[in-house]
Amino acid sequence: MSQASTEIIRISGHAGSVPGAGLNREFQVCKLVDTTTCIGCKACEVACLEWNGYTFSETTFNNTYQTMPETAWNYWNLIKFNEHERADGSMMLLMRKDQCMHCEDPGCLAACPADGAIVQYANGIVDFQEQHCIGCGYCITGCPFNIPKFSPEARKVFKCTLCNDRVSVGLEPACIKACPTGCLHFGTKPEMKELAETRAEQLRNVSGFADAGVYDPPGVSGTHVIYVLHDAKNPELYGGLPKDPHIPYSVRLWKGPLKWLGNFAMIGGIAGLAWHYMRYGPKKEEPIPPDDERRA
Amino acid sequence: MTTNAISHSTAGDQNEELIPRYSLGERANHWLGSVAYIYLLTTGLAFWSPYLYWMAAVVGGASTARFWHPWFGLIFTVSLFWMFKEWHGDMRIDDNDRAWARALPEYIQNRDDELPPVGRFNFGQKLFFWAMLYSVILLLLSGVVLWYTETLPWSLRYVRYAAILIHASVALITIGLFLIHVYMSTILEEGSFGAMVHGYVTRAWAWTFHRTWYYEVTGRSRLKQQ
Repeated sequence: MSQASTEIIRISGHAGSVPGAGLNREFQVCKLVDTTTCIGCKACEVACLEWNGYTFSETTFNNTYQTMPETAWNYWNLIKFNEHERADGSMMLLMRKDQCMHCEDPGCLAACPADGAIVQYANGIVDFQEQHCIGCGYCITGCPFNIPKFSPEARKVFKCTLCNDRVSVGLEPACIKACPTGCLHFGTKPEMKELAETRAEQLRNVSGFADAGVYDPPGVSGTHVIYVLHDAKNPELYGGLPKDPHIPYSVRLWKGPLKWLGNFAMIGGIAGLAWHYMRYGPKKEEPIPPDDERRA
Repeated sequence: MTTNAISHSTAGDQNEELIPRYSLGERANHWLGSVAYIYLLTTGLAFWSPYLYWMAAVVGGASTARFWHPWFGLIFTVSLFWMFKEWHGDMRIDDNDRAWARALPEYIQNRDDELPPVGRFNFGQKLFFWAMLYSVILLLLSGVVLWYTETLPWSLRYVRYAAILIHASVALITIGLFLIHVYMSTILEEGSFGAMVHGYVTRAWAWTFHRTWYYEVTGRSRLKQQ
């Protein structure tokens, strides 16, 4: 991936078109997380902290192997654990690396009102530009994966960048670099999709996981982080991975029909009042008749 | 009308006499509410559309606007609740208002002499008051959710989804109310704006627009004499 892959293709809250959009043909990047070979070592969590310059802080223990209940503004990569009892009574310890999914149709970007605070690069990475973030938290509402997290100190929202700073200079993301089992892969979207499908087929045909499959949800037009799951029919088992993620309908309604209706009503209202004044003019007080019947 | 015009000279001395309409407290509260609302409108529209995002720059930038918008919302709420305390008696909707509502086309077409006489506030003002009061309650409830949106757990995300729609929709309703209110009280009904500034209206104004109230405050009501 070259520097040119960080060409901006969408800008949140931006009036007008994106300068230079669609001029180059670009590769789209993808991270593949194979949950079936993850051992839950959390090397990716540490690598993420190190590369992004955060230090580990106090956390909440809730009787699982999980570092904390959910990702935090300064903790973008979290292995989610779930002990799952299968129909035959056997136990599975499911582990899923949770982070920003880098949606092709990002709900955070759709909801964001701040010009330039969220951009989507041509390579598929959805990146927050904190210098433009106003801390409204609309992205938190827009995200179907519970990823953007608010920092009360900075009054801004943070999340995984898919190591855009590394990817743009030809390196793989820090989590990929740290993974000891090879359950994390990084490459172009078609390559990763193919690798994932091959692995899923292997799981189905060789390992006896009849429902194994690839998670690349169409509700958000696909993601630039995809999973291989033993049980693709029940993604919720993997730390609450949504079955059919999509931008919330209320966000769609708010940013779509309501916006047009509201703008039309406001402009129409002003025009209507101007018309009323020109047609009927001011209301003027009338002099009181001296024989006003109700006078004492 | 013709008889009025002929007799104008004899009644003229009384017409321009001033009578108090709004107390200092009522006026101060009204302007507190208006300043808060205009701030909320400016910053709210900036968050509403990219094409209006520049409006936040007028009041110190969008991050600052995000910080202060909820606080101005609280000021506006307090102002509205104070208005409720002061005015809820005068704002009660009665049969006379229903008769007035039926004659609304006359009011819109400035044929005010064909309307039933009204008290301190007409039906339009009462509707504006109640709509704004209920709106501010909805805006407060949804606004608190948006203010501390990050503290809501993921399991309660539907509260966020509802809040964002309610806040925007109700805000649009209040913008409609605000536009009509500002239009009517500044350029449409002459004398109204001054009443909210210095507190007084002329006898003729009161007689024309709030006749029942005029008889009450001047002690010239037949009802009161009985």
